[in-house]
Amino acid sequence: MEKILFYFFAGILLFAATMVITVRNPVRAALFLVLAFFTSAAIWLMLEAEFLAISLVLVYVGAVLVLFLFVVMMLDIDTSALKEGFTRYLPLGLLVAVLIVLELIAVLGAANFGLDQVPVPEGSDESNTKTLGRLLYTVYVYPFEIASVILTVAIVAAITLTLRPNKRKTQDPAEQVKVRSKDRVRLVKMASEKRQDGKGKP
Amino acid sequence: MIALSDFLIVAAILFSLSVAGIFLNRKNIIILLMCIELMLLAVNLNFIAFSYYAGDAAGQVFVFFILTVAAAEAAIGLAILVVLFRNLSTINVDDLNRLKG
Repeated sequence: MEKILFYFFAGILLFAATMVITVRNPVRAALFLVLAFFTSAAIWLMLEAEFLAISLVLVYVGAVLVLFLFVVMMLDIDTSALKEGFTRYLPLGLLVAVLIVLELIAVLGAANFGLDQVPVPEGSDESNTKTLGRLLYTVYVYPFEIASVILTVAIVAAITLTLRPNKRKTQDPAEQVKVRSKDRVRLVKMASEKRQDGKGKP
Repeated sequence: MIALSDFLIVAAILFSLSVAGIFLNRKNIIILLMCIELMLLAVNLNFIAFSYYAGDAAGQVFVFFILTVAAAEAAIGLAILVVLFRNLSTINVDDLNRLKG
């Protein structure tokens, strides 16, 4: 039963990944990416990583991929020009991919990491969230803080990159406070003009 | 009983599919970003499989941090993409030659 489930999820995952890299329409690619992430969350559940599986669905499917979809739909892209060269690079890409798979299977295959070498563990009774939380807030508390700083930097960077300067007429309080009286009125000293008829004082 | 090597091989195939995706879609930056996300997913699957079979939760903590950094990377990458499209009205990689590199 476990094996059937695993092969089911693995098949869907690889199918979704293939569709992501081959479909023409970026919106469809994003939707297949959602499928890939969802299926891999299921595989993570089989590996007893419940907390990460849920956070993958929440963070990735809920936030990052919605962001992808939003950007894909907001930008008006001509996909026909972007797809040219697809068949030209197909043999090279396939060659490199197959070579990578063969190399990795040679190292990671059943000969080195099979059931005989690495038996299936018992699994702990403690909840996965509790285990992760205890590790995160004790051993890894410093990296945890750094991760939060990285997220803050990402927010600031993303907002400053996309913020447009304000073009409307608005008041700038800083400029108003900084102003001096000589910026407003300029007094000029100049000789007085003479009378046109030449009589009396100017 | 599923062996550790089964998970590792699925992750390896997923990783190489995304490498092939980078070769095939080298014009479209959005698909390139998606392929990078797929690569990170394959790496995370490796981490979690090893963590389960070794009985050590440290691998899951690493996946947690990878997820954080990947989310930040996606946000900044898409922001750069939006600015790029606003300035050049294209996301074709071949047109991005301002720096003459």
